[in-house]
Amino acid sequence: MNERIAFINARLVDPASNRDEHGALLVENGVIADIGPHLFSAGVPAGIETVDCGGHVLSPALIDMRVHLREPGEEEKETIETATAAAAAGGIGTVVALPNTDPPIDNPAMVEFVVRRGREAGNVRVEAYGALTQGIKGQRMTELGLLNAAGAVAFTDGTSAVSNPLVMRRILAYASAFGLLVVQHPDVPELTEGGAMNEGELATRLGLSGISPAAEAMMIERDLRLVAMTGARYHVAHVSTGESVELVRRAKERGLAVTCDTAPPYFGLNETAVGDWRTFAKVFPPLRSETDRQAIVAGLADGTIDAIASDHAPQDQEAKRLPFIQAEAGAVGLETLLPLTLELVHTKRLGLKAALALVTSRPAAILDLPRGRLAKGAPADLTVIDLDRPWKVDEAALLSKSKNTPFGGRPVQGHALRTVIAGRTVFNTAVASR
Amino acid sequence: MIPPAEPIRFPHRHILGIEGLSPEEITYLLDRAERFVEMGRPIDGKLDLLRGRTVMNLFFEESTRTRTSFELAAKRLGGDVINMAVQHSSIKKGETLIDTAMTLNAMQPDVLVVRHPCSGAVELLSQKVACSVINGGDGSHEHPTQALLDALTIRRRKGKLQGLLVAICGDVVHSRVARSNIHLLSTMGARVRVVGPRTLVSPVFERFGVEVFHDMREGLRDCDIVMMLRLQLERMHGTFVPSVREYFHFFGLDYDKLAAAKPDALIMHPGPVNRGVEIDTEVADDIDRSVITQQVEIGVAVRMACLEAVVRASEASTELPNRGVR
Repeated sequence: MNERIAFINARLVDPASNRDEHGALLVENGVIADIGPHLFSAGVPAGIETVDCGGHVLSPALIDMRVHLREPGEEEKETIETATAAAAAGGIGTVVALPNTDPPIDNPAMVEFVVRRGREAGNVRVEAYGALTQGIKGQRMTELGLLNAAGAVAFTDGTSAVSNPLVMRRILAYASAFGLLVVQHPDVPELTEGGAMNEGELATRLGLSGISPAAEAMMIERDLRLVAMTGARYHVAHVSTGESVELVRRAKERGLAVTCDTAPPYFGLNETAVGDWRTFAKVFPPLRSETDRQAIVAGLADGTIDAIASDHAPQDQEAKRLPFIQAEAGAVGLETLLPLTLELVHTKRLGLKAALALVTSRPAAILDLPRGRLAKGAPADLTVIDLDRPWKVDEAALLSKSKNTPFGGRPVQGHALRTVIAGRTVFNTAVASR
Repeated sequence: MIPPAEPIRFPHRHILGIEGLSPEEITYLLDRAERFVEMGRPIDGKLDLLRGRTVMNLFFEESTRTRTSFELAAKRLGGDVINMAVQHSSIKKGETLIDTAMTLNAMQPDVLVVRHPCSGAVELLSQKVACSVINGGDGSHEHPTQALLDALTIRRRKGKLQGLLVAICGDVVHSRVARSNIHLLSTMGARVRVVGPRTLVSPVFERFGVEVFHDMREGLRDCDIVMMLRLQLERMHGTFVPSVREYFHFFGLDYDKLAAAKPDALIMHPGPVNRGVEIDTEVADDIDRSVITQQVEIGVAVRMACLEAVVRASEASTELPNRGVR
């Protein structure tokens, strides 16, 4: 059956092709068949379903390259079903699952399980990382090649750093021959053990053990040396400090195959959000100083930072309603990724195309996914965005099973109106608000 | 019988920390405590300021001194006291903190005195209960009644706090006593120094307006008060300092190092004292210089003042529930 949908009256924004113009887009059998300013200018022929975008932005659906789905093992916090529903409502078309589940994604069967459960949920696309080390213990490398063959798009130990330099060197060397991407959580665990928040005046005042920004930089510096030795493709996850940005900036100048991402807490908040032990503001890496926050914004503006990921880490009440030291780290982020990225546009730090590139074409390029662009022949993963719609982040209204957002009460601007995966609408505000 | 203080000059239902208290509020508590000290132990029975009131001591961490001191304080005011020692094993799962709070809240005590090994845990608990909460020490955060009793001890001996030079020595980084004292003494116009090895005294303390020293003689020079902190056993053997003997050699208070301070400098310690670790036995027992045992006596009076203050504040409170200091 030839299924055709016309998205008309749209502001077509495609960072990959530098397009930002009024026009229309035709989807045929889940694939973008045509696009352009003059398409359907004489009207949509009969037999084609029409979606009037109302002049709003039509963008590639977002690609969120760091998401904790919590399934299997911690279904009380989130499931693939709830996470993908939340992603759809956030305008996200692809989530990449981190491997820190129980059991972890460290063998091919687990990759297949997560991807299959994602397909069954039927919301958004689910891709998966494979773990770098067996059991995420940082000791022995996983079957990187077989995991890749099973569908793992890249490799990471998630929120755990591969701290042994010999193990990391061998992983990088082995992965380089397969052309696989190695993603590191930048931390020296021996240096940050027991730490609960960013080291400094506030941590000292609260009587909390600090996490030094130097730990993040040290791990990146060490890894960059190993990358230079091995020629591997290397990605630093959730950079949170100005020094990290500077290290990646210099590595890129030297021509190393290095990329990095950050997450909204690191450019939207600083350590003062911890206030008096607010455990929803406990994330890892921790919220940093205002100087670091500004450096992250600068790194996004000058392109050093390649992507924004939600770093979606659901935690339930039992994990958060605790003394700060005992509370689990992490924040949900699927439903706030888009508005917080757009905040950079509204505050004039980034242009619209540059901002959307960070959540579409650039993560697609890092992970080598054939999506994240409005091009003929590409999968019709689309998001209709009302750039200006004001709303307030409300914990209770989140679709995610866990409500641990550090952005609760924050006024934001911009909302996904419709999320489309392979031509099929998986989220529609008109339906959702009914 | 001692009459209640006339005007209520202490508006807080909780005492969770010194930080945020005004000089007037601190002075009010100290003045009130001083009256309890002067009154001494009531021979003709108890006072009735807390009659019909229930004070619950909820200690998630070992303590004999502080708990006993609060117990005595509550009893001298005519209150009923219940002691709850929560076993170490059951606090490993932290959710029992809020569960415990809910259970105790249902028993409708008037004041909960709470000690907990985690910074911020007492504040968290205060948000979940309807009664007043006094922080008996939370993690490395604050120990407000200790700072108040230290301040009263100093004031009774020196006649003032303003302008005094106070050296706080030892494991400052991990010490709630140090933090509460820094806040209190700075608020009251004293000059504060912190002294200790670089692993236990961080330069970040300069942000609190205190001077940082890593040499005892330099740090103690011309000080009016030498306040020693207790060094936890687990930090002595190669983790934060190389050994007990090295620590004592460089940072233990003996007469030689004490010579740098003013001749009439007072020696204080929150107890229990590790003799031969942070303080020389002779110095600790020096009747003229050491006020360590007086600190214990004054502690009861200070806790009487605190208990009375929070109970009266809740009676008179027009504040929203659960709004206290900080």
